[in-house]
Amino acid sequence: METSFTPWLSLAGGMMIGASAVLLMATNGRIAGISGLTSRLFARSTDGEARGVSALFVLGLLLAAPIWLLVSGDWPQQWVPSSPMLMAAAGLLVGFGATYGNGCTSGHGVCGISRGSMRSIVATATFMAAAFATVFVTRHVIGG
Amino acid sequence: MKQIFALLSGLIFGFGLIVSGMSDPAKVLNFLDVFGTWDPSLAFVMGGAIAVTAPGFAWLTRSRSRPFFDSQFRIPSRTDLDPKLITGAVLFGTGWGLGGFCPGPALTALPIMASGTLIFVPFMLAGMWLARHTPDLSTPLSKGATS
Repeated sequence: METSFTPWLSLAGGMMIGASAVLLMATNGRIAGISGLTSRLFARSTDGEARGVSALFVLGLLLAAPIWLLVSGDWPQQWVPSSPMLMAAAGLLVGFGATYGNGCTSGHGVCGISRGSMRSIVATATFMAAAFATVFVTRHVIGG
Repeated sequence: MKQIFALLSGLIFGFGLIVSGMSDPAKVLNFLDVFGTWDPSLAFVMGGAIAVTAPGFAWLTRSRSRPFFDSQFRIPSRTDLDPKLITGAVLFGTGWGLGGFCPGPALTALPIMASGTLIFVPFMLAGMWLARHTPDLSTPLSKGATS
């Protein structure tokens, strides 16, 4: 399925993501890494306050689309793969991999690269390469 | 106060994902499909985010010793490249390429309740739980090493 090239909207949305990361660091002193904040909800050792901050950040994420619906009258446009087996495997890999590797697109890709962290630069290059390779295989080798 | 700002940060993050197109797996998968229906938009998301975050973080850590409503900046200090980091990144990237969702967009898209999202998110949370309860069996390698 084709999607249209949206450089300005994507740049604006990216800057909002950056503003969110700076705001969370400025007020709470925490990295806006979604896999870290979300998986902290399941950690054994997390203190209650950290868990509360994580839960509220996640709640904010969950409220964004419903508020978008209320204001604009439409859900944000999307197309989601529907194969249950594929999405189950993808979810498990994303959840396990991002948490095991200490970060995802936000924690490593945005916050880590912004700090100049070598770990995050290597992790981002690695998961980008794996993602490009996966799409190449599913769309051009298997899918044809 | 810090709780209000945590909620607000999550909300702004979610709006950013929606506006940028990152919460739409079709756009993510097309970004990753350089040899097919390539849509380079998401490079602008990453670029825009880093263009704000990098100077923002630098300004914060230079001008302040602590956050406005908390006692300390919690900034990761590790510099070693351990096998866990690489293994996790490979698994995460593979899943991202299969489903078109990374954690933030999946949670943002959850209320829209597409059937694929309703399957993806519980499995993602299960994967996170598993990873949080998996002991680190590997010994860290020295700095600069990869595996």
